[in-house]
Amino acid sequence: MLADALFLQLGYNAALVALGATALGIAAGAVGAFLYLRKRSLVSDAISHATLPGLALAFIVMVLLGSDGRFLPGLLAGSALSAWLGLWLVSWMSHRTRLAEDAAIGAVLSVFFGFGIVLLTVIQSLPAGRQAGLEGFLLGSTAGMLRSDALTIAAGGLVVLALTYALRRPLLMGAFDPVHARMMGVATRQVDLMLMTLVMAVTVVGLKVVGLILIVALLIIPAVAARFWSDQAERVVLISGALGGLSGYTGAALSATAPDLPTGPIIVLVAFGLFATSLLVAPGRGLLATALRHRQVQQRVHLRQGLLALAHGQPIYEGLTRRILRRQGLTRPDGVATRDGRAAASRALRDENRWQALRRTEHLSELATRDDGLTRIEDVLTSDQIATLDATLAPQKGGA
Amino acid sequence: MSALELITDAGQPVAEDLSQAPLALRGLTVSYHDEPVVFSVDMTIVPGSMTGIIGPNGAGKSTLLKAALGIVTPLAGRVTVWGQPLGKMRDRIAYVPQRASVDWDFPTQVLDVVLMGMYRELGLLRRVRPRHVAHAMECLTRVGMQDFAERQIGQLSGGQQQRVFLARALAQKADLYLLDEPFAGVDAATEAAIIGVLKALRDEGKTVVAVHHDLSTVEAYFDRVFLINRRRMGEGPVATAFTQDALQATYGGRLSDGFVARQSAG
Repeated sequence: MLADALFLQLGYNAALVALGATALGIAAGAVGAFLYLRKRSLVSDAISHATLPGLALAFIVMVLLGSDGRFLPGLLAGSALSAWLGLWLVSWMSHRTRLAEDAAIGAVLSVFFGFGIVLLTVIQSLPAGRQAGLEGFLLGSTAGMLRSDALTIAAGGLVVLALTYALRRPLLMGAFDPVHARMMGVATRQVDLMLMTLVMAVTVVGLKVVGLILIVALLIIPAVAARFWSDQAERVVLISGALGGLSGYTGAALSATAPDLPTGPIIVLVAFGLFATSLLVAPGRGLLATALRHRQVQQRVHLRQGLLALAHGQPIYEGLTRRILRRQGLTRPDGVATRDGRAAASRALRDENRWQALRRTEHLSELATRDDGLTRIEDVLTSDQIATLDATLAPQKGGA
Repeated sequence: MSALELITDAGQPVAEDLSQAPLALRGLTVSYHDEPVVFSVDMTIVPGSMTGIIGPNGAGKSTLLKAALGIVTPLAGRVTVWGQPLGKMRDRIAYVPQRASVDWDFPTQVLDVVLMGMYRELGLLRRVRPRHVAHAMECLTRVGMQDFAERQIGQLSGGQQQRVFLARALAQKADLYLLDEPFAGVDAATEAAIIGVLKALRDEGKTVVAVHHDLSTVEAYFDRVFLINRRRMGEGPVATAFTQDALQATYGGRLSDGFVARQSAG
């Protein structure tokens, strides 16, 4: 069943939904990555919630004009308008008043959403309102998705992607160093506005698939997951788009395996699964890799300190140090150094003495700043330089 | 032009010819929250010079620079760059901000940062070609950071970060370089590398202006000084303008007696 779903064998509607969800996921992932790098992720929450009153008002207006209130382009246009108003309010409040942006986001988000819910209740009481199905836009509803809907979503996603690609340089420069970007002739305000417009486009396009409450997840989760995999912004954007697309596709396929499984929420859960995996196993920034690296450094520190203690004939009190020395065969169980241990200890001491000597050497003392207790001097100096150092060490040893 | 603008703090005539001055400020006033932090300042940067902007903490040094660059909007006054309004001449100016102004965890590598200095050349869509990379590497080499091209910027020390910023400015091929406290919190090697690059730029005929706070190195680093404490307190070659009297006037009681003693002894 699952394999059938993943290979789009579950029928026409399921395939359409998967196509739409994949396109949406890629677009949301790519745009969301820029939003995340610009540290404006939460604005998307305000934008998405601000679509609801526009959606409801568009329905009411269309019914009053005597047409079908469910006409999708009309609904999307209405939601885009009110999202614009919400976005403008957030930016006005954070620029013109002393309110911080997070407060402005909270205010706009809750007021617009509350107003939208009131309008939905009003619509329920209208004669035409009972079958309106506007609640479907809250969490997405893909059951009756048409071919034209899927193609609209895919086309919208492509336009968003193309614009994002064209603007990638100014977007990244504005995110990294806005002042420098402005100096270089980047109109950072307009670029920011363009980014918000792209976010709005993704939100509106995604209303049908994941709904306005959960679209935020598709904008934020792939981006933060992608950040674990790369230290290069352009790659973060690519990976984020890929993860978003994968979430959309897999989530849509999974939700087709059983009747009445909600597509939007499952897409979000898949995205979260990808995020949790990235958080754990990504090399470099992942939790496991970080913990492993920390342990390795800790072991090297203990080994080094233990060896130096052995070299100086000092007692070792720390249990971990003693265990490491014993495990590596450098000390016997009673704590006395083995032959290997004595050799390693004198090597450690020699390295330590060379670092000391390096610090006293005038023209090389700059390099001594690389001494962190673990770096071997062979990695910093050439063998000739070490020989010179040893020459300064020799008489001191003789004197002792 | 209103009649009021005709009289500036230093009584400079308005109709003067500034086309030779890489940067000129006339009657510049900047305020944060209704309180002027820079008041009616005139400044004329001499082409091919290396000028230190000197003054106590909170004297408006950085603000002056930011206003000159249009990063903050002045309340009054005028900025010209080779006699032209700033907007037209931006591409001839390179700016090195204070290090603290950037998020160092941003996922970008040293080479990418330097390439950002070539945005005017690359534009929106042009591909990064080997010659662009070669130019960026050349700039990194000038500041001694060529071995760090593929490092994530957060992995660098403070001094190395500052050198990367300078390399990004070099990549612009500008004629006027403005630096905000380039030596703040950097190691001795970086300070030497940066001053070496700046002096080389000046010797190539470029103009360098740097906000500077270490009075003991002014004479060694700069050939002109601009003294500021909210108002213009002095301007000119180091030999004539960087005097004990001028410093006393600029710093007031805040100039430590020890330094004054050292200056008069030396």
